[in-house]
Amino acid sequence: MSTFDLSKISVRELNQHLHQLSEVNDIDILEPRGAHAVACGLTAPLNVSIRGPVGYYCAGMNERATVTVHGNAGTGVAENMMSGEVRVLGNASQSAGATAHGGLLVIQGDASARCGISLKGASIVVGGSVGHMSAFMAQAGTLVICGDAGDALGDSIYEARIYLRGQVASLGADCIEKEMRPEHLAELTQLLTTAGIHADPTIFRRYGSGRSLYHFHSDQASAY
Amino acid sequence: MENRSQPLSSGLRESATFNRHVIHEIQRAAQTGIYDIRGWGAKRSLPHFDDLVFLGASMSRYPLEGYREKCETGVILGNRFASKPLHLDIPVTIAGMSFGSLSGSAKEALGRGASEVGTSTTTGDGGMTDEERAHSKMLVYQYLPSRYGMNPHDLRRADAIEIVLGQGAKPGGGGMLLGQKISDRVAGMRTLPAGIDQRSACRHPDWTGPDDLEIKIQELREITDWEKPIYIKVGASRTFYDVTLAVKSGADVVVLDGMQGGTGATQDVFIEHVGIPTLPALRQAVEALSELGMHRKVQLIVSGGIRNGADVAKALAMGADAVSIGTAALIALGCNSPQYDAEYQKLGSAAGFYDDYQDGKDPAGITTQDPELAARLDPVEGGHRLANYLRVLTMEAQTIARACGKSHVHNLEPEDLAALTIESAAMAGVPIAGTDWIPGKRGGF
Repeated sequence: MSTFDLSKISVRELNQHLHQLSEVNDIDILEPRGAHAVACGLTAPLNVSIRGPVGYYCAGMNERATVTVHGNAGTGVAENMMSGEVRVLGNASQSAGATAHGGLLVIQGDASARCGISLKGASIVVGGSVGHMSAFMAQAGTLVICGDAGDALGDSIYEARIYLRGQVASLGADCIEKEMRPEHLAELTQLLTTAGIHADPTIFRRYGSGRSLYHFHSDQASAY
Repeated sequence: MENRSQPLSSGLRESATFNRHVIHEIQRAAQTGIYDIRGWGAKRSLPHFDDLVFLGASMSRYPLEGYREKCETGVILGNRFASKPLHLDIPVTIAGMSFGSLSGSAKEALGRGASEVGTSTTTGDGGMTDEERAHSKMLVYQYLPSRYGMNPHDLRRADAIEIVLGQGAKPGGGGMLLGQKISDRVAGMRTLPAGIDQRSACRHPDWTGPDDLEIKIQELREITDWEKPIYIKVGASRTFYDVTLAVKSGADVVVLDGMQGGTGATQDVFIEHVGIPTLPALRQAVEALSELGMHRKVQLIVSGGIRNGADVAKALAMGADAVSIGTAALIALGCNSPQYDAEYQKLGSAAGFYDDYQDGKDPAGITTQDPELAARLDPVEGGHRLANYLRVLTMEAQTIARACGKSHVHNLEPEDLAALTIESAAMAGVPIAGTDWIPGKRGGF
């Protein structure tokens, strides 16, 4: 176990050290105090625990590492994650998991607006609710919402899947409710289990693309 | 039969407001019900570098001997914060153009040509290909709102990172790539279904405003261990403020794209009516940098209508550190070549007019994903043509710089310029030839 105290060293020093590691290591980061870009760009299978709230882009572009935030996370946590796992034990601000390609992001509390925006293959499980424009233009991957969703959920969504347990304020352009088939129930069950969130998968609804906006046509102008 | 090329001879009078092009566009819109999407940049006549001339040396200035005395052309980009700035041999770079919009062979040719003369090329909205990386000695990796293909591996193997906020052809607009160009490979790189009309976002997904951008830049620097120069690209509109905010956000380099800058596919109405020309935007950018005390410290690359060495020299004289070319580079590769005129005609166009880059049917094999068409462009030969063209641009700029007595092209300055029109004088901030009058300056009106 290596411990780094961000009240004594800079984020640059911390990240530089983490980037030099190539093997499994347990890392404890103390006193993050809302610092930005903490533990971003990791490539090794590290187990990183951050003891407190972080600012923007924590664990950005993560590869292989497991990062746990023992607190709240600012904008863009795990943005563009490629693999690994990022877990926020508190709430997450805007654009959580934005453009993430792979791996698992778990937010045990709520996530703000644009959660999973432009998602490209990762899985996101939110224990609470998500804000407006979540899964906007989401291309691939899965967004699980155990609470409610704000306005314009899944606006202009491509092939990503949304599972929602609570209520949705409104659906975005071309986002529709879809049949929950057995393979979807199995996927959702697996994700909830992996995320460690206890919720009955059978009461979730599935949303995805109506695929009516995949080609430009003047008849669709009112949809935008 | 009426001679359509000489309507006046038959007494016909064409409307200046509803000319034949306008009438055709109304008819086309009524027929199809959708706006015109095309490639290229603004085609309307705009105040441009042609409206400026150089004041060559004479009695009051000493010229340099053209074939004897050295005129340097090297440029360093990104030495504000990055530990590994780019060192270009010439002040001309290749602008960002995506694999998807362009064929793989075209991207390879751009890399080969740029590398042959010691300059950089740039990825586009679609990610980095291995071929492009392999053939580009210096490759700038664009970081766009769509984040198509964005990954930390490519970020680290890039030589610089260009955060794209806008494009001169469409400031405020996102990208589009129509279904006919979304091949399986392009779709795979962008994580999209093949064959759909792809829309790129116009705003970044995880930051809004310059304060956020500063933090985003910090993240990118952290991920790449502060090695890579960070460029910020803006489309020309409110340029003074945009450049000011780009510098405050921490950019190493600002890339400014005027409305003459090209696009692979954008609505015609957007291309022709949004944004400002390169000339005034460049002046505003230099004013912003100077006001901040950052001119030449944060480097400025300007693009949008650069065609020859005179344009290069004029841009540098107005304060740019380098220029970037897109449309001209494609023409050097073979775009709009007369050898394909018959095929252009079949597509309803002609050599010299072809701008349907969005269709993917480019006879020259450049703006297409059709394997048979793309095979027409030999990337080695195309790269050599581009290198030739880049050499000519550089030699022309050197010729002018020597005539103005400059031992480095960066020593060109606004004082070396005069304007031929009131508009260009006001926009470029240089006096009308034979006067000391700059409209709007020094008590002018």
